[in-house]
Amino acid sequence: MVFLGGQVLPGNVGRAILGPFADQRAVDALNHTLGVDRPLLTQYATWIWNFIRGDMGTSYIFRSPVAPFVIDALGNSMKLAAVAFVLVVPIGILGGVVAALNLNRPLDRIISLGGLSVTVLPEFVTGIILILIFGVWLRWLPISAAWPKNAGFVTQLYYLILPSLPLFLVLFGYIARMARSGMIEALDSDYTRTAVLKGLPWRTVIWRHVLRNALLPTITVIATQTGYLIGGLVVIETLFRYQGIGSLIFTAARGKDFPMLESGILTIGIVYAVATLIADFLYSVLNPRIRLGSDQ
Amino acid sequence: MSAVPTTSSPQDNMRRRSPMAEVFFSLMRSRTFLVGLAIVLFWVACALFGEHFTPYDPLADDIINALAPPSSEHWFGTDQIGRDVFSRVIVGSRDILTVAPLATLLATVAGTALGLLTGYFRGIVDDVVSRILEAFMAIPVVIVALLAIVALGTSKATVIVVIGLSFAPIIARTVRSAVLAERELDYVAAAQLRHESALHTMFVEILPNVIPPILVETTVRLGYAIFAVATLSFMGFGIQPPSPDWGLSISSNYGMIGGGFWWTVLFDALAIASLVIGVNLVADGVHGALND
Repeated sequence: MVFLGGQVLPGNVGRAILGPFADQRAVDALNHTLGVDRPLLTQYATWIWNFIRGDMGTSYIFRSPVAPFVIDALGNSMKLAAVAFVLVVPIGILGGVVAALNLNRPLDRIISLGGLSVTVLPEFVTGIILILIFGVWLRWLPISAAWPKNAGFVTQLYYLILPSLPLFLVLFGYIARMARSGMIEALDSDYTRTAVLKGLPWRTVIWRHVLRNALLPTITVIATQTGYLIGGLVVIETLFRYQGIGSLIFTAARGKDFPMLESGILTIGIVYAVATLIADFLYSVLNPRIRLGSDQ
Repeated sequence: MSAVPTTSSPQDNMRRRSPMAEVFFSLMRSRTFLVGLAIVLFWVACALFGEHFTPYDPLADDIINALAPPSSEHWFGTDQIGRDVFSRVIVGSRDILTVAPLATLLATVAGTALGLLTGYFRGIVDDVVSRILEAFMAIPVVIVALLAIVALGTSKATVIVVIGLSFAPIIARTVRSAVLAERELDYVAAAQLRHESALHTMFVEILPNVIPPILVETTVRLGYAIFAVATLSFMGFGIQPPSPDWGLSISSNYGMIGGGFWWTVLFDALAIASLVIGVNLVADGVHGALND
């Protein structure tokens, strides 16, 4: 286990560094094919330098600096992603845990199969079906994510429920599956048997021994899903006409607004890297075995 | 064959049937696989022969009957310029069932070649190629597609290339790990001792033995390719009007969803859902049959 933890941690950091780099290279390659730049490295260096100083260039379409657009959009996207995550992380983990505790019983089958089938469906398909059910037929929720101006927190939240549901459905399957297999493995382990045999109540065994070990891999999955989430946001924000980073990139790509496009992509690259770093950090906090100085 | 109960000694069965036949029979016993196969075959039949049994021309407009709700005349209603939704849904499987399998094929060929190379040579080749592939895997397909379409313009070919190359690293990873296990075996050493070329060893000796994981990965990727193609055509990339493609139809009709014209999008959405689930059931069945 120590070995495994040691292997996973540097691996993830490596990918975290590579993630945004790949984006830049893709962006640079794009520039190059378009003939926008000649000396690739110089152009790249100045661009990165400007980006770090907060100057993201000027939008071709809006003829104004890109930065405010990107920051606004990122804020909106984060709200949407936050709602989806706040819903999916506890419910997904609960689903996986319940499934594992009822292994191979009907409840497990329903959760596993249901989770798997909603995970494989494209977001816009589940999005359309959810809009039809909750927005058009039941009229419970607004079908567009554009809330009225100066809307309060609760109203914004109300408008964000429907857009976050398709993301919820896709992530639910992944998280529940990871939590389920983590639980099964932990339930099957020697330390669980020891805990049961030394007479601890079942509840304590689950809370103190099984859950703590079962949820570690789940955290990694949640972090890696940030990459997916960004792709999902492009679709969801288009479907719900929401001014987020996804729809910003989409509009920029269609309008060939390169400064906007590059800044948007670099921004999500950074978000992705930060998310991966946070996950690694959480992982090491929750798992004392890969901490350098033990305090237990 | 039916006289042999499935529970009778497995050794007997093994002797009578070749491994391929064994896989075939195990597939035929798998309910998931058969249900998935039925769904997929239904849509393939619609793609091939759809226009012979659709009640209307999927492209013919009829403005007077625009946005008619489902009725005995138009089972699924009509869209905003009066085209019959039922006919469009039936024929709408054609484009996605051309683009997605081609993309998967490209991904499989490229991924297998890369996986064989990295798994066989290891060392520096493996390190360099694997890091590049990992970097590619970190970028969402939709983003790659957006960039490629800006650079290359939108066409079915672009979509095939984008999805094919985005999925290739994932297949390469699977093939690589299979090859890593395989290359330690004696037959590889024997081939090397015979001074077979590296290419010969990779493609003639090792490749046939890593076919099962490739097959599983390919069917799984096909599901994701359909997911990606549908999403991209919903975003307006790749498949272009007036094709009755499902994703495209949804994208041109969902703006009116607030007006209660649910039939213009629901059936397309259900069609995509059924095809994606069908392919995933098939993938599940193949996975089960090959890992028994």
